[in-house]
Amino acid sequence: MTTLQIDHVSRWFGNVVAVNDITMTIGPGVTGLLGPNGAGKSTLINMMGGFLAPSTGTVTLDGQQVWRNESIYQHIGIVPEREAMYDFLTGREFVVANAELHGLGAKAAQKALATVEMEYAQDRKIQTYSKGMRQRVKMASALVHNPSLLLLDEPFNGMDPRQRMQLMDLLRKMGDEGRTVLFSSHILEEVEQLAWHIEVVVAGRHAASGDFRKIRRLMTDRPHRYLVRSSDDRTLAAALIADPSTSGIEVDLAEGALHIQAVDFGRFTTLLPKVARDHGIRLLTVSPSDESLESVFSYLVAA
Amino acid sequence: MYDPTVARLTYRALLGRRRALILGALPVLLIAISIAVRGLAGADDQTASDLLGGLALATMVPIIGVIAGTGAIGPEIDDGSVVYLLSKPVKRPTIIFTKLIVAIAVTMVFSALPTFIAGLILNGNGQQIAVAYTVAALVASIAYAAIFLLLGTVSRHAVVFGLVYALVWEALFGSLVSGARTLSVQQWALAVAQKVAGGDLVTSDVTLPTATVLLAVVTVLATWYAGQKLRSLTLAGEE
Repeated sequence: MTTLQIDHVSRWFGNVVAVNDITMTIGPGVTGLLGPNGAGKSTLINMMGGFLAPSTGTVTLDGQQVWRNESIYQHIGIVPEREAMYDFLTGREFVVANAELHGLGAKAAQKALATVEMEYAQDRKIQTYSKGMRQRVKMASALVHNPSLLLLDEPFNGMDPRQRMQLMDLLRKMGDEGRTVLFSSHILEEVEQLAWHIEVVVAGRHAASGDFRKIRRLMTDRPHRYLVRSSDDRTLAAALIADPSTSGIEVDLAEGALHIQAVDFGRFTTLLPKVARDHGIRLLTVSPSDESLESVFSYLVAA
Repeated sequence: MYDPTVARLTYRALLGRRRALILGALPVLLIAISIAVRGLAGADDQTASDLLGGLALATMVPIIGVIAGTGAIGPEIDDGSVVYLLSKPVKRPTIIFTKLIVAIAVTMVFSALPTFIAGLILNGNGQQIAVAYTVAALVASIAYAAIFLLLGTVSRHAVVFGLVYALVWEALFGSLVSGARTLSVQQWALAVAQKVAGGDLVTSDVTLPTATVLLAVVTVLATWYAGQKLRSLTLAGEE
């Protein structure tokens, strides 16, 4: 059982507060650290990995300080976001070097390379690798000493769908084995597919925490705005406003469209096509107008 | 204290193709000039001493020291790959000490060895001049490697600062301001060389005991401080 405890941690750079009084506990299983770009995820992961001192607060792993404690790395595996990784070495040389630095040998390195299915390219120089291959070799270097905590900073960036799925399977397996796996991402779908537990960070603050389904419900239950164009906007508007799933409709004459505010997402999405069919109206455009991740996050912060 | 894996990674990074070419260029130039001078002017002790003191010790050794010392750690910190060393249960001072050994070895091979060869070419080690300057280059290699390794650990502009120190402080100020000469690795190394040569051709502004103490203190302090800096090295995110 490995538990990472972040206790009232803040970090500022000059006048900029990157992480603002965050407290969270990361336990065994896969946890997703979700937040838009620039939210402070990397700063937080750097503090979790002992590469950055918190300005205030503490980060501990099973009670042991992480900052300025080299022995803690016997238990931590790190997959950094940055690309640079001794490009002049072959994949195997790189993973073997990482194993040796843990006091292990070529056997452990070979096992890690097999785990990430990189044996076929292990004797090629890293500089010839694709992004996905680099990511997998980084992963092998983090797994070589069988760590109980794995920290991954945006691990899926730049991976193709197949590589993404492979890495997700691998992380899921590690979580099932009882390891503590934490990965950061700014893409909701990635987190949805993989994490059992989510921590949401927005603008340096801890916005939400908990079971994925709970947070997903929060996200889907929020008011949605839609832009709709149809063959008869006024009739459609009149029919929709009669239903409690909508709270407001604006007829935009200039754009020739309706701006609809829906309060019950599920009900509205089944209502709209039904109303249109019943009134013989053709729907020309139905598009959510506030689906950006930022709007989802800002809703969560307010919630 | 010495980690062979860290050493191997550092050697391979330092002696990568492009850097090896830069490291090799100055020694080749020194030897080429020595051959030309010997061919044109014949063997002359004073000329040999001037060339080894002015070109080898005052210019080549510090520049090679800058390239090897800062190159042993600076690029890794710059591009972030040092994270693979730091995320291991290896003591940070061990990483620094190992990198220092590598930087010293590389500086010695690329500066002291060519100095000796150049000395042999110039006057066949007459009056022990080749040996004296080689010893000076060896001694200076240690101090330069330590100073520039520290610079590579604390600054992103280590190469620029290193070259400014090597060329402006040591070469320019050293020849104009006598006080600067006391605080010059070159003068400390010359004090050692003076002892070896014994004659009047090699001289230093600093006495041998002072030079020895300063060399030792600077090397130890720079290495210790670099170890401390690496312990609290901050890897900022990309955000």
